[in-house]
Amino acid sequence: MGKSYPTIAFYPDRCDGCNQCVEACAEFHSGTRNPAHSRIKVSQDGEEGAFFLALCRQCGEPRCVPSCPAGALKKDIDTGVVSLDESKCVSCQLCTLACPYGGITYNPITHQVMKCDFCDGDPVCVKACPRGALELKTGSDIYNGWGDLEDLFVPGISACQGCNSELLIRHTLRRIGPNTVVATPPGCIPGVGAVGFNGVTATKTPIFHPLLTNTAAMLAGIRRYYNRIGRDVTMLAFAGDGGTADVGFQSLSGAAERGEQMIYICVDNEGYMNTGVQRSSTTPYGAWTSTTPVGTVLRGKSRDAKPMALLMVMHNCEYVATACMTFMEDYYAKLEKAVEAAKRGMAYIHVFSPCPTGWRFPPSKLIEVGRKAVETNMVPLWEYEAEARCIDFTHPVEDPLPVKAYLSLIGKYNHLDEEQVAHIQRKTDERIETLKKFTREGDVKPIQDAA
Amino acid sequence: MSHSNYLIIGSSHAALSALEAIRIQDTEGSITLVTQEDTLPYSPTILPYVISGQIDPEQIFLRDAEALDRHRVTFKKGARVVAVDPANHSVSMDSGETLKYEKMLLATGAEPTLPPIPGVKDASCHVLRTLGDAVRLQSIAQKAKSAIILGAGLIGMHAAENLAKAGVQIAIVEALPRVLPGYFDEQAAGLVQQVFTEHGIKILTGSTVTHVTASNGTCTVSLESGGELSGDLLLVATGVRARMDYLAGSGIDIGEGIVVDDTMRTSSRDIWAAGDVAEARSFFGGKKRVNANLPNAVEQGRIAGMDMVGDSALKPFTGGIARNAYHFFGHRAFSVGLVGRAESAGGIEVDQVFLPSSVQYQKMVFEDDRLVAVSGVNTMLDPGIMYELVRQRVDLSEVKARFAAGPLQMGRILMSKIWG
Ligand SMILES: Cc1cc2nc3c(=O)[nH]c(=O)nc-3n(C[C@H](O)[C@H](O)[C@H](O)COP(=O)(O)OP(=O)(O)OC[C@H]3O[C@@H](n4cnc5c(N)ncnc54)[C@H](O)[C@@H]3O)c2cc1C
Repeated sequence: MGKSYPTIAFYPDRCDGCNQCVEACAEFHSGTRNPAHSRIKVSQDGEEGAFFLALCRQCGEPRCVPSCPAGALKKDIDTGVVSLDESKCVSCQLCTLACPYGGITYNPITHQVMKCDFCDGDPVCVKACPRGALELKTGSDIYNGWGDLEDLFVPGISACQGCNSELLIRHTLRRIGPNTVVATPPGCIPGVGAVGFNGVTATKTPIFHPLLTNTAAMLAGIRRYYNRIGRDVTMLAFAGDGGTADVGFQSLSGAAERGEQMIYICVDNEGYMNTGVQRSSTTPYGAWTSTTPVGTVLRGKSRDAKPMALLMVMHNCEYVATACMTFMEDYYAKLEKAVEAAKRGMAYIHVFSPCPTGWRFPPSKLIEVGRKAVETNMVPLWEYEAEARCIDFTHPVEDPLPVKAYLSLIGKYNHLDEEQVAHIQRKTDERIETLKKFTREGDVKPIQDAA
Repeated sequence: MSHSNYLIIGSSHAALSALEAIRIQDTEGSITLVTQEDTLPYSPTILPYVISGQIDPEQIFLRDAEALDRHRVTFKKGARVVAVDPANHSVSMDSGETLKYEKMLLATGAEPTLPPIPGVKDASCHVLRTLGDAVRLQSIAQKAKSAIILGAGLIGMHAAENLAKAGVQIAIVEALPRVLPGYFDEQAAGLVQQVFTEHGIKILTGSTVTHVTASNGTCTVSLESGGELSGDLLLVATGVRARMDYLAGSGIDIGEGIVVDDTMRTSSRDIWAAGDVAEARSFFGGKKRVNANLPNAVEQGRIAGMDMVGDSALKPFTGGIARNAYHFFGHRAFSVGLVGRAESAGGIEVDQVFLPSSVQYQKMVFEDDRLVAVSGVNTMLDPGIMYELVRQRVDLSEVKARFAAGPLQMGRILMSKIWG
């Protein structure tokens, strides 16, 4: 398995040009605070006032490395850092001509080129920034950590291009491991071949195909049997929003209330995607589906979506969370808690699952759609732990983008008029206000079983 | 008989770039890398530093044996290709061996040419292209007191500086009116020449050599102007040509180099060519020509490798642009595009700053609000960003005044906005 590496992210909006990163870099590498020695460079656009960064990207396929005639530049496979061996460098400068990012530059004092070396893994620029404009992103640790675990989902399944579910299933199964029984009721996930054909399954764990109505009930029964014979086996459901919020709701509600031990993952692609894009109770207001068409009278769905995750908070669950695959670190942290919580009762994770085919957006935009959904607060990321009896936002969005930034990415919202957009904005704001009431600072506590 | 999925002839920049590109997509296919050199892969560009002793010849290699192993490459050194048979997908080696291939890259680079000056051939002159040449020159430099260099291109100038650093008295003779004519205009070249002169190197530009004589280990060069120069050593660096003699009878299209299209395919199926040996489309004007420099070899090698392996991320060659970075006696210069030639055409604007006393020069040439050439001596610009601005034909009409006032900052800002 290939390796991923940490990166330094720059948030221009938070930068005020104080130059502390530049001086810290110079000091670390030369002992003086003279900016000429800095590998990180901040530029300001005089007219727009915005700040820009020139810094080595530690490219996966660096252009500087093959352009060095001295073999002085190398991509270090362990750290990901493109390193410069000054003892070999002859200062020919060809690397500065190869790099399109201004990431390797000439130092007129030392007469040598210089570049970011990541300060042995703990960049001083990041620590020096008083405004959080530089962040060390270590999301790659996840891939390195879990990447070595066995992928329990076979290659060659027949998901649409850009399908969120494949990403979700691979990561989830890696983390939860083979000691698991998976239930996946009718929907896209069995549709892509997860439950298999010709007598073989697509998972390397036991997997079965319950009815739409009884996923949670069946897993409850299996778990109780294992409890009886003294085996600790994880119960895991991958169910669509139809199988969760509509047709399967009664059995899920009952299992949650009884405290059945399982991880129930709702893969919410906001409708019945595999049967031809019909509406479900989680289809958002205004969305086009084949049963909420756009014409002269109807303008997409006329009702708001059911707040499924919040309903589960009211169900005595041990753990409830929302998630989005764009925010993988967040998802892994939640899976971690879900695994523990499922030993005591129900852990419910509601995964926002954009669908390129049914929602009409290019497959390449999956991750971007997820990011915008979160950054507009259309899909707030939060978790609820029974012990704390409150909701915590796990990725609070201080300055949400207008919902339009999200809606405009997706074909199923193409037809929306100003009034509809205003409605969605209002509902989004209201939803956040409602959720805030359940946080530590809020004054509402969810109902909880005395026992 | 050896058979490879990928056969790469040459082991320098173009070859190694192609190798990396292939291995990103195909970790299994067999790759054979062939070089006529007896050593691990190295770059000709490093050789001047071997002459001065700045770099140990053992330290110049671009890949060690372990790295080649990791890429599962069969590395054949000391093996020269003498003929290519496209119909049979095979090449013949000087050893008599035949190598079969499915796909082949020709990355055999260039070789020095000797000018048709009477006496040159008999004067036991030196050239500089291989490690062997460099090691020989290094040992001669330890004894030689003086040297004459014909040609003030990059090779001649690099060699001159490094021979001077090894303690040799140098005279350079160049037929054209200025040094580094391919890369710099009169003013920039003048600054370079000034620095060389200050370091005791004699440069005679606009001087034609009529004949060369050699006796008792001393070479004498006679000039058209009537003068004469003598030295213990004669280095000829007047030009290079594509190394493609082995293609005779192969039917592959050649001109000044091996003719290739925008994905480096030659006229023959399953054969690609890249680097100093290839004749590819020019960015300006579109005419096919050899663009013999290192960045070009790296880029063409990568494109060839990606096309050979069918990498869907391949973006075709956008055309060769003359570019170089040059470090001399602690000064730095670079150029992108044809700084000298561009001025003569219409629709052209030139912005220059010339400060000879501090050895500084900067020149930017715009055509229809796009940067088409830029060069600098001791200016703080990011050459790679300038190159991308030219290559992407970035429209600067909105920002031109600000760009001209602060090209370093504005270049970085445009980079962040457009491709960063
Ligand atoms: C002294 C010097 C200084 C230079 N300085 C600069 C500089 O500052 N900037 C710059 O941009 N460029 C510079 N160059 C040019 C630069 O080195 C070349 O553009 C670059 O090396 C081209 O790479 P290539 O892979 O196309 O070919 P080459 O580097 O020429 O490599 C060709 C390879 O093919 C092999 N080969 C050739 N024929 C055969 C055969 N028949 N059978 C088997 N193997 C064969 C050779 O052994 C070699 O491995 C310089 C060159 C020299 C000589």
